[in-house]
Amino acid sequence: MPRPGFVLDVDKSTPPILFHHGESFRLEKLPAGRSRVLYPGEPLDPLDDVDGAIRHALAHPLGDSEPLAALLRPGMKLTIAFDDISLPLPPMRRPDVRQRVIEAVLDLAAAAGVDDVHLIAALALHRRMTEAELRHAVGDRVYDAFAPHGLLYNHDAEDPDNLAFLGTTRHGEEVEINKRAATSDLIVYVNINLVSMDGGWKSTATGLSSYRSLRHHHNVKTMQHSRSFMDRHKSELHSSNWRMGEVLKDAGVKVFQIETTLNNDTFGTSGPMSVLQKREWEWTAKDRATFVAMKAGLDRLPMKARRKIFNGWLAPYGVTSVQAGEVEAVHEVTTANVFAQQLVPIEGQTDILTMGLPYICPYNVNSVMNPILVMCLGLGYFFNMYRGRPLVREGGVVILSHPTPWEFNPVHHPSYIDFFEQCLADTTDPVELEAKYETQFAEDEWYRHLYRTSYAYHGVHPFYMWYWGTHGMQHVGKVIIVGGEPRSVRRLGFTPASTLNDALEMASDVVGRDATITHLHNPPIVMADVS
Amino acid sequence: MKALVFKRKPAKFAAAMVAGRLSPGAGAKVGPLSLRDVDPPELPGPGWVRVRPRLAGICGSDLATIDGTSSRWFEPIVSFPFTPGHEVVGELDDGRRVVVVPVLSCLPRGLEPVCGACADGRINHCERIGFGRLEPGLQCGFCESTGGGWSTLMVAHESQLVPVPDDLSDEAAVLVEPLACAVHAASLVTAGQVAVIGAGTLGLLTIAALRAAHPSLDLTATAKHPHQRALALELGADRVVAPGELERAVRTSTGTMRYDNGQLGGGVDGVVDCVGSAESLAQALRIAAPGATIHAVGMPGVTTLDLTPLWQREVALKGAYAYQRADFDTALALAERLDLGRLVSATYALRHYEDAVAHAAHAGARGAVKIAFDLRSEKERETL
Repeated sequence: MPRPGFVLDVDKSTPPILFHHGESFRLEKLPAGRSRVLYPGEPLDPLDDVDGAIRHALAHPLGDSEPLAALLRPGMKLTIAFDDISLPLPPMRRPDVRQRVIEAVLDLAAAAGVDDVHLIAALALHRRMTEAELRHAVGDRVYDAFAPHGLLYNHDAEDPDNLAFLGTTRHGEEVEINKRAATSDLIVYVNINLVSMDGGWKSTATGLSSYRSLRHHHNVKTMQHSRSFMDRHKSELHSSNWRMGEVLKDAGVKVFQIETTLNNDTFGTSGPMSVLQKREWEWTAKDRATFVAMKAGLDRLPMKARRKIFNGWLAPYGVTSVQAGEVEAVHEVTTANVFAQQLVPIEGQTDILTMGLPYICPYNVNSVMNPILVMCLGLGYFFNMYRGRPLVREGGVVILSHPTPWEFNPVHHPSYIDFFEQCLADTTDPVELEAKYETQFAEDEWYRHLYRTSYAYHGVHPFYMWYWGTHGMQHVGKVIIVGGEPRSVRRLGFTPASTLNDALEMASDVVGRDATITHLHNPPIVMADVS
Repeated sequence: MKALVFKRKPAKFAAAMVAGRLSPGAGAKVGPLSLRDVDPPELPGPGWVRVRPRLAGICGSDLATIDGTSSRWFEPIVSFPFTPGHEVVGELDDGRRVVVVPVLSCLPRGLEPVCGACADGRINHCERIGFGRLEPGLQCGFCESTGGGWSTLMVAHESQLVPVPDDLSDEAAVLVEPLACAVHAASLVTAGQVAVIGAGTLGLLTIAALRAAHPSLDLTATAKHPHQRALALELGADRVVAPGELERAVRTSTGTMRYDNGQLGGGVDGVVDCVGSAESLAQALRIAAPGATIHAVGMPGVTTLDLTPLWQREVALKGAYAYQRADFDTALALAERLDLGRLVSATYALRHYEDAVAHAAHAGARGAVKIAFDLRSEKERETL
């Protein structure tokens, strides 16, 4: 029986706590008597028979939906859309659950005589997936059967000939999605719901959409009113996507939604990485030795080698649930299943929230975690891992731990470089950035060219990363990055600190000397249910 | 009278070259510049007056001279020994303050009729700066006959005098000459998208002049240091980036394409190079759009460049030297409006010339803009 997540009150006997720190780690002694640590739950037991669960879900849909087999018929146009490289994190070991689901769907389609099938990586404005990444997601069999014939490809949000405008929501939000998907008799959307933000109408309305459509919810105002965007019912981001879902339905777009959830088995139960999944006071002598050796080894390696090691890590995630059918009914159950793994109750807010940022976020798979992504992971994703109230009080301090190098992958993140060098040098205010620069970057021909033909994130993407942190930036009084490259940290508008103790000292200027501290022990993923 | 004098001494010149390469400005310590007691310059003829400098700036061309990096091009158009200093606000014997227009064109040289360029008012194009009643010298500060601003007394022709309004400070007035250069450079630029390379005194003044002349200009500037960046923005740049970020900034602001090696498909319509180094000119070539013009405002010297883009893109490389007389009127008004006196960061007495030159040579890194000599408290000043 896996143990649930819990809150540890730090006392004098508490050992140093693990902080992820990019492609390395830190062990930090938290002040006794005023610190606590929010631990994730242990990995839930995975499904014994994933393929059986998939077949069952397809045959027993939730909500107002017929079984998938009943929706398939000869001569129909079927589009299977699936989540892109941003999910899950880290990538999972083969077979990826997308492959399993897609193979099951294709078996049913073949049995029904459906021969017009397209598979689309629903990447919205993310970078295109490489062949290797697509093979990993859908499996070699599916890839070889479809890709050579041009039937498996990346969505192109800048292809004017393959976008369909379907109308506007009652709030005036334009809905434009992939034309092939929009004109299909059925879209089957295959999700990996790593966190509660994922899935629902966001899958189709965002994953298959264009900038014209996305800009209505990927903006500062929406993010200011999403508290948090991990809590669908308090998230304006989701409300907008749900409104767009209405437009899709009204336009006759039929979606059969398949959502899957994973457990917290990010680092496995054996091997050196498994220590990252254990609670520090339960580390054995062997665990300690392993950790010390791993850290020492990593710290001696050049960054390129370290990245290669980390990027090669495939998580042994177990699948915990599969839901299929009508979008909203499916998503309600999925969200409950995500929460069952990740949600941990915690009483009251904290003055100082500490977070160790790992080497990966949704937008740097096989790439570099540049400073903008550091901000996004910290103040965007991790800060928003709450339900109820933010874990840190308003005006409190967030302390992040990450090396934050002034380094970018020029192939994946060309517009990020310019955003960082030019826009953030001018202002870090999301509202001003949006007003002054967003359109220019979004419509830049070179970025558009690289997005469409290379492996670049869309020109507007760094803005979205910045907007993701809007709520956090608004809420906290100070952000400190421990171990961050000072000039990068300052460009972000934050304060660099050499050590956690220095950071706590700096924080005391804002929240006083007896401030309470909470450490979000993430990853594996934990979400705070703040009472 | 006291004057800093630059003599033709090959051995010291060589020493200055070596020292200057090791540390810019170090040529002042070992080179041919020295503080001397000299006879006051004689009035060369009718229409000439004595000018007692109040403030005299240290310019990039002065530093190049002191460190021995100036081109040999100047050999026939300077005369030794000379007293440097062509950025001068001074006062006449009757107490009136003036800014000196240092160019020694046909009129000061007593050449009649004047050359075609001077007849057109283009004194900076004068064809006779090595002839006439004066020793050769393109400007005061490089001519044996006139003396220069780094002294307690120099002479100037009445055609070279620009009255200074009472409410304009000496600090603002001493910037009028370099500002006139900037005004002239700005007059050569056509509107559109322009990049200014360099945010030293000349770069900052050029930004101000460009903004004044072309309000709708889209202006990208480079700056190495935070105070330069702040001033560049204040004086009219739309965006200011670090020198190494310019190519990307130009690509972003123009929306042009970029090749895998970083080369741009297009670029800006105009580049104003206020540095004049091989690196800055090469960068200018990299960011100039096809058909664009590069304006060399900073003095370039001997330079090695790949001119292929100049050819392939039909880019024009155009010098921007000095000014015309009318540019001083514009500069005076601008200096007053923009309160440019604040750009004078430090002043030195003549006897501290080595420190002054070192400060000027490292002005950016030391948080400064313009360094000048302050002659107002020199003891002998009132007795001359």
